[in-house]
Amino acid sequence: MYTKVILVKDTDLKREDKTREFYTHLLDYLRGSNLHAQIQVVRVADIGVYDEGLVLKILPDKIVYCNVQDSDIKRIVDSTLDQGKVIGDLVFKPKAKQHRIVLRNCGKINPESIEEYIACGGYLGLKKVLGELGQQKLIEEIKISGIRGRGGAGYPTWMKWNFAREVESAEKFVICNADEGDPGAYMDRSVLEGDPHSVIEGLIIAAFAIGASKGYFYIRAEYPLAVERINKALKQAYDYGLLGQNILGSSFNLNLEIRLGAGAFVCGEETALISSIEGKRGTPHPRPPYPSVKGLWGKPTVINNVETLANIPAIVSNGGKWFAQIGTLTSKGTKVFAVTGKVKNSGLVEIAMGATLREIVMDICGGTLSGKPIKAVQTGGPSGGVIPEALLDTPVDYENLQKLGSIMGSGGMIVMDEDDCMVDIPKFYLGFCVEESCGKCAPCRIGGFQMLVYLNKISEGKGKLEDLEQMRRLAQAMQKASLCGLGQTASNPVVSTLRYFETEYNEHILNKHCPAAKCNSLVTYTIMGDKCKRCGLCVTNCPVQAISGDKEKGYLIAPEKCVKCGRCVDVCKFKAISKK
Amino acid sequence: MAKNISLKIDGKPCSCEASLTVLEACQKNGVNIPTLCYLKDINKEAACSICLVEIKGAKNLARSCVTSVKEGMEIATNTPRVRNARKLNMELLLAGHPKDCLCCDRNQSCELRKLAFDMGISQVRFPKIAKTELPLDATSASLVRDPNKCILCGRCVSVCSGTQSVKAIDFSGRGKSSKVTTFFDSGLANSVCVNCGQCLLVCPTGAITEKGATDEVWQELADPKKFVVVEVAPAVRAAIGEEFGMPVGTLATAKMAQSLRKLGFSKVFDTQFSADLTIMEEGYELIDRIKNKGVLPLITSCSPGWIKFAEHFFPEILKHISSCKSPQQMFGAIAKTYYAEKYNLDPRNIVVVSIMPCTAKKFEAKRPEMKSAFDYWRNKLNLKDSEAFYDVDYVLTTREASRLIKEAGIDFINLAGEDFDAPLGVSTGAAVIFGATGGVMEAALRTAYEVLTGKNLEKVDFMELRGLTGIKVAEVDIDGLKVKVAVASSLSNARVLLDEVKAGRSPYAFIEIMTCPGGCIGGAGQPIPTDTAVRQKRMEAIYREDKNKPLRKSHENQAVQALYKDFLIKPLGEKSHHLLHTHYAKRKEIK
Repeated sequence: MYTKVILVKDTDLKREDKTREFYTHLLDYLRGSNLHAQIQVVRVADIGVYDEGLVLKILPDKIVYCNVQDSDIKRIVDSTLDQGKVIGDLVFKPKAKQHRIVLRNCGKINPESIEEYIACGGYLGLKKVLGELGQQKLIEEIKISGIRGRGGAGYPTWMKWNFAREVESAEKFVICNADEGDPGAYMDRSVLEGDPHSVIEGLIIAAFAIGASKGYFYIRAEYPLAVERINKALKQAYDYGLLGQNILGSSFNLNLEIRLGAGAFVCGEETALISSIEGKRGTPHPRPPYPSVKGLWGKPTVINNVETLANIPAIVSNGGKWFAQIGTLTSKGTKVFAVTGKVKNSGLVEIAMGATLREIVMDICGGTLSGKPIKAVQTGGPSGGVIPEALLDTPVDYENLQKLGSIMGSGGMIVMDEDDCMVDIPKFYLGFCVEESCGKCAPCRIGGFQMLVYLNKISEGKGKLEDLEQMRRLAQAMQKASLCGLGQTASNPVVSTLRYFETEYNEHILNKHCPAAKCNSLVTYTIMGDKCKRCGLCVTNCPVQAISGDKEKGYLIAPEKCVKCGRCVDVCKFKAISKK
Repeated sequence: MAKNISLKIDGKPCSCEASLTVLEACQKNGVNIPTLCYLKDINKEAACSICLVEIKGAKNLARSCVTSVKEGMEIATNTPRVRNARKLNMELLLAGHPKDCLCCDRNQSCELRKLAFDMGISQVRFPKIAKTELPLDATSASLVRDPNKCILCGRCVSVCSGTQSVKAIDFSGRGKSSKVTTFFDSGLANSVCVNCGQCLLVCPTGAITEKGATDEVWQELADPKKFVVVEVAPAVRAAIGEEFGMPVGTLATAKMAQSLRKLGFSKVFDTQFSADLTIMEEGYELIDRIKNKGVLPLITSCSPGWIKFAEHFFPEILKHISSCKSPQQMFGAIAKTYYAEKYNLDPRNIVVVSIMPCTAKKFEAKRPEMKSAFDYWRNKLNLKDSEAFYDVDYVLTTREASRLIKEAGIDFINLAGEDFDAPLGVSTGAAVIFGATGGVMEAALRTAYEVLTGKNLEKVDFMELRGLTGIKVAEVDIDGLKVKVAVASSLSNARVLLDEVKAGRSPYAFIEIMTCPGGCIGGAGQPIPTDTAVRQKRMEAIYREDKNKPLRKSHENQAVQALYKDFLIKPLGEKSHHLLHTHYAKRKEIK
């Protein structure tokens, strides 16, 4: 019976594989120490660490040693395997897990200084495009890079550009979609505020690629600093001859303008965004025709997300091949996530595609703040889904997240622990979409609302099992029959929680119990007499005088008066109030 | 020659032009797809999600109304997946719709109700959307909007902004608070709405109806002191039969006159009388302007929707519009002056009810200046301001009139038929054709020719002015004098001609404008449905009636001649000026 397993792999591809040799020596030594019956040694094909010489992974301890020599065998077996000590100098220390391309300048340069941007290699990409590349080669380079739209859907950027380029039209437009609206997401805002020129440069290059002479920044009005920074940066770019007539001495002309979004979430959808710029009500339109063929004012229009555009100068400067090396087979480059929720270090994280969710949440963000286990991670905002803890080892890319019932989305990532209820979470997201539905098409407008009615019923303990079936039917209708992405994906949070946490729904329905004690209608607050020290703090803090009693008799919460605000739990120093 | 492509519909290979949508391709190949928000040539909102089909290889179901066909496309229109999705969407729409169908105005013509039945909806499994009852918009003199019955198909918005280029209504709010409304929710009366009611005609439910006046008319009919007369517009006779199940295009003139008499009207008169009168006044106005180099082009003024449209959007060209009142208003003024005098009736006891194919006529009758008869009598009878009365008291649509007839238990279809009463029921063929686009122009030309040349016009049919085309132009040879004329129906078409007038480069001497597509036969007071095919048939009926009339030129109308001889003296004379002519004023866009 083995108690430990050692995985072995030579990760240094530049030399002859030493695994076999090492394997033999290790086995010999184990046999000599009479440990060969308890410790299994396995040669594996991939261990997840690269270019670190011979690598061992010891399970179940998950200790990884790298650049291991034959001479290390003795101390590994003696101290680690026998005594459980970790050998400091051999332990694999992962390099910085973040890989910053989009955020390359954020926090490093003064965003209001074009000189600092240029000093960091800014506008060299544009110079290269105008000078040596030309339209055809530029698009070729973008194609090689494999970059896909960072707005969420992951459509290959080069294809978008190429469609628009191929359409004959005297007038074409480019638009930067900076109508970031997912709850908790602020990637685009940070780039616009922290490195506005990288986005402008990207947009100029996009305009050149398709032959547009006019472009717009569509920024939501709730981002005043971003608007101000882009405004300043545009002015600087004009002053430096990077915008306007004959850019950098070439025959290429481009004018960029800012348009403010008034706050409708659906205006991030490209056809609705176009309507909004045209001064119309921001409602989506059927596609095709796609904007790249018939967009703003009926002209070919390319709409790219902020993050996509911020990548472009780096791709042009370093070459498509460089970019294509980063990431997975289908998803190249990096992705910025705004990690929020019950996490220790919330913030922006830029990782190479293919990093696992666990790496992001645990290694980079340090796990949960409360120390409680993670329950699930939500990605993709209101259009995304909930991914349970068990699947956190999934490498992040467009396809993988979709398979899990979520989406990459624009990059919102919300971490949830045991205190989050899987009926309450979709209620929040669906509520958001119902609020933000433009109201044009029936499945989204009415279907979303009806689904929310069911969720509310369930969270109030009034649900029935057949409601789940109805919700699934509604979800199908919304997914298959809604006009735009908002309606098609609005049911994702519901569908994914039903997929992974159906038992929790059942618990609400059958036992009228909310395991996370989140759904107020199903929660009761009780003072536990044995723990209560009768300090009376809860009484003085209860805003509705629901707690009665005195120091002699002890205290009681009157459930009919209690509004379940949780104030008593917060103030009790003896954890004497239970919430179940 | 359009390129043809081949595709498969429900497994059956077929071909169609490459420019078609999936819906059109299916229709052409005999496959019916239910639609709700879609309305040919008017609305392509893609909102309702009823016309869904499955397209092989596509991730989602496609809306057939907006999806273009492609070579090799495989379309499935009747799979369980398609039926389920359609039904579910229908259920969702029905969940939010009131269930008071039994007493809904559109009970017999509701597309939503019919579609729900056709789709086999036997139950609605979703709770009623717990929204509070939204207030009705009853501000308008012509229309009532009930947002509770609205399913947000967008047809009204499209017809208002597209066909009519008025843009009085649009969507506001979002999500489940979405609604169709006017600017600042201020109500139709306080908007640029011209009361044409095309929104009502295209509405699939009872969310837009006319402001009814049947109760009031019953009350007047029951009052023995009142002398209640009725006038009926030309286009009504070509459509009212439809309300009683007669085929579209049936002329029901005589049955209509008889049934109105049976309802108890003291006299059954004809707006066609005053249409002939209009031609006398307007024809002479045209002749006067041509002879004396007055403001040209002259533009007709019979269509009240167009008048309000001009007052809102083209105040600069108001001097081009004929000062003639519409036939409805001329009738009221003559009935309460000339007729009252002639038959010694107290004008205060005369009630004029007009039956119109129109909703804007309701508004027109209530324009404050439409009290010419009162002004006429004020000094003679020593009337106080508080006794003021309108020239026309009540306006009923064709649909409302048919409701009166049904309510009275009159067997419309089997009536033998009777004639109108003289003298205000006498008319010529020129008056009949007022009901179709181009008709007023044709009628005016028939008279203008003979008055200008003194010769007899042999060929009275101006074929180039007929038909449903939105804008028609012609050059008429009046004995050597070449007169260019143009005819527009629907306000978006009118806009084209008016922009030219405004810019001072209109080549025409005379322009006829009708608010509704096809003219009055396609008015919003007419039976539902009113679509292009229906309009065509009603128009044919109108020209049939014209052809069968013994007299076909307005100036040959003996009753009109008598009116001039005994009362008005001459066209454009002093009395005409006071009773038959009016003025227009610029209107603000928002009150």
